[in-house]
Amino acid sequence: MIERTPVLNILTHFILAVGFILLFLPLWIAFVAATHTIQAVNSAPVELWPGNQLWVNMQEAWVKSDFGQKFVNTLIVAVAVVIGKITIAAITAFGIVFFNHRLRMVIFWLIFITLMLPLEVRIVPTYAVAANALLPFQKLMDWTGLTWLIESASGIRVAMEWNLLNSYTGLILPLIATATGTFLYRQFFLTIPDELVEAAKMDGSGPLRFLWDILIPLSRTNIAALATIMFVYAWNQYLWPLLVITDRANYGLVVVELRTLVPDSLTTGGGTPTWHLAMAATLMIMIPPILVVIFMQRWFVRGLINTDK
Amino acid sequence: MRRAYFKNNWIAALVVAPQLIIIFVFFYWPASQAIYWSLTLEQPWGGGNTWVGLENFRTVLSDPVYWSSIRVSIIFALASTALAMGMAMILALFADRQLTGYRLYRVGMIWPYAIAAPAVGLAFRFVFNPNAGLFSFINTIAPETWNPTLNGTQALIMVIIAGAWKLVSYNFIFFLAALQSIPRSLTEAAAMDGAGVLRRMRDVQLPLLAPTFFFILVINITDSFTDSFGIVDTLTGGGPARATDLMVYKIYSDGFRGFDYSGAATQSVILMGLVIALTFIQFRYVERRVHYT
Repeated sequence: MIERTPVLNILTHFILAVGFILLFLPLWIAFVAATHTIQAVNSAPVELWPGNQLWVNMQEAWVKSDFGQKFVNTLIVAVAVVIGKITIAAITAFGIVFFNHRLRMVIFWLIFITLMLPLEVRIVPTYAVAANALLPFQKLMDWTGLTWLIESASGIRVAMEWNLLNSYTGLILPLIATATGTFLYRQFFLTIPDELVEAAKMDGSGPLRFLWDILIPLSRTNIAALATIMFVYAWNQYLWPLLVITDRANYGLVVVELRTLVPDSLTTGGGTPTWHLAMAATLMIMIPPILVVIFMQRWFVRGLINTDK
Repeated sequence: MRRAYFKNNWIAALVVAPQLIIIFVFFYWPASQAIYWSLTLEQPWGGGNTWVGLENFRTVLSDPVYWSSIRVSIIFALASTALAMGMAMILALFADRQLTGYRLYRVGMIWPYAIAAPAVGLAFRFVFNPNAGLFSFINTIAPETWNPTLNGTQALIMVIIAGAWKLVSYNFIFFLAALQSIPRSLTEAAAMDGAGVLRRMRDVQLPLLAPTFFFILVINITDSFTDSFGIVDTLTGGGPARATDLMVYKIYSDGFRGFDYSGAATQSVILMGLVIALTFIQFRYVERRVHYT
């Protein structure tokens, strides 16, 4: 719209600039802290201009927290969660939309309700499951008398155990169920015209072939949008890895490492707080998801708006 | 409604099975266990459960420490939501004018969303550090004025600011998308009638934002009840003297540090009820999408 509002334009720029600075300032201060020596960082007033120690601090933080293995682990977990979520969302939605069975709505609601059970509210029992992922099945068999039946028939007592603690599976598997992703895919599949399904059937294509050769290529935009938000989600996981992984040297993730970087009396033993290292490490941990959001901004925004509840 | 289907239902069973198994094992089973544990008293190192009915709830709800945790959680949820929504709405309204530099402003508002909650917590811990952070100058002028590691109110303010900071980007994205889905013809008609920019914001754009506003309100409150764990853990660790011990953090510390499984499960069930109620409100009373055209 063409309007001449010079005063208001200045005000607009002013408000946006203030907002930008408010959002940027905390990170700027963290960044500046990462570029100074321990003495400069711990002296008031706070430094507002970067020093020349960034590379040194980053190297020291990297070695101190043993980030090499942990970055590799985080990347493995994030990529696996992204692939797992997209796969499971696509196939579940496919099973709900393109087949005519009575359980469609039941399955849909079962997945839907999981939205109301975020990890934080079921954390203690979920941890018990992680110690033995087959426990629910064992309990079900015990209750239904199946264990007793098998034991009296064959003399073998069924005791199933699958420990997920300290493993990639334990980090990945509980995170790949996705109600939001399933909905996004369901919405998309509902827009596929019947004619396409009929044409595929006439050409002799079975359901799996239809999924792989027609639906997946058509859903590229969905995949891009989901992948960006799921990557950020998976990279930033904190509470779950914190509990499942005790062997931090081999299976530790970088985000969980933030907890050990808090320079309080416990970690520094009364010495000068190592803020310069904590901030350097924090910066390194933040960078990958920030890059994804900035460079995949279009997909990211689309994914966020389409999936969220 | 769809008419063309595939006939082989066993393939349907095969493709929905993985997700159903995962949600059974990691969602429904633990949730039902939480309810079971909340009604029984469990010994942490085995020894079986004894049925105690609602005794756990009575214990938890008669504990003043738990009520203070509820109070802190509610203050945190309301304050950080109000702060984040207010700021995001103002920024979105002005960014939507799409003046020069619009794209730059937009990226500048969106990127904080990418930062993990514990990273936000740790960065703000330094920013608010009484000896070396942004506010350390206050202490050089008037010693011992600013110290969130000792002063509970200041610690809570710090957690609220960090929580709000993390939510602004998310809200901004949704407000901006909603503003951009308002048909141009509406704003143009208002302009023809002589409404200036601010008048249009007040009388055209703001009322049309109402559905998005309520949607974000519920999401933000739910989020601040559950997702605040990471921020509290690295920023204050629940202290000082439990001043920032949010409900979700208390579940963690009671369950995994105190090994009070029944107590933690009871608190989980209460929080679960809260989240379910909020989600219900969202779907029952709040429009899910903004459709104007």
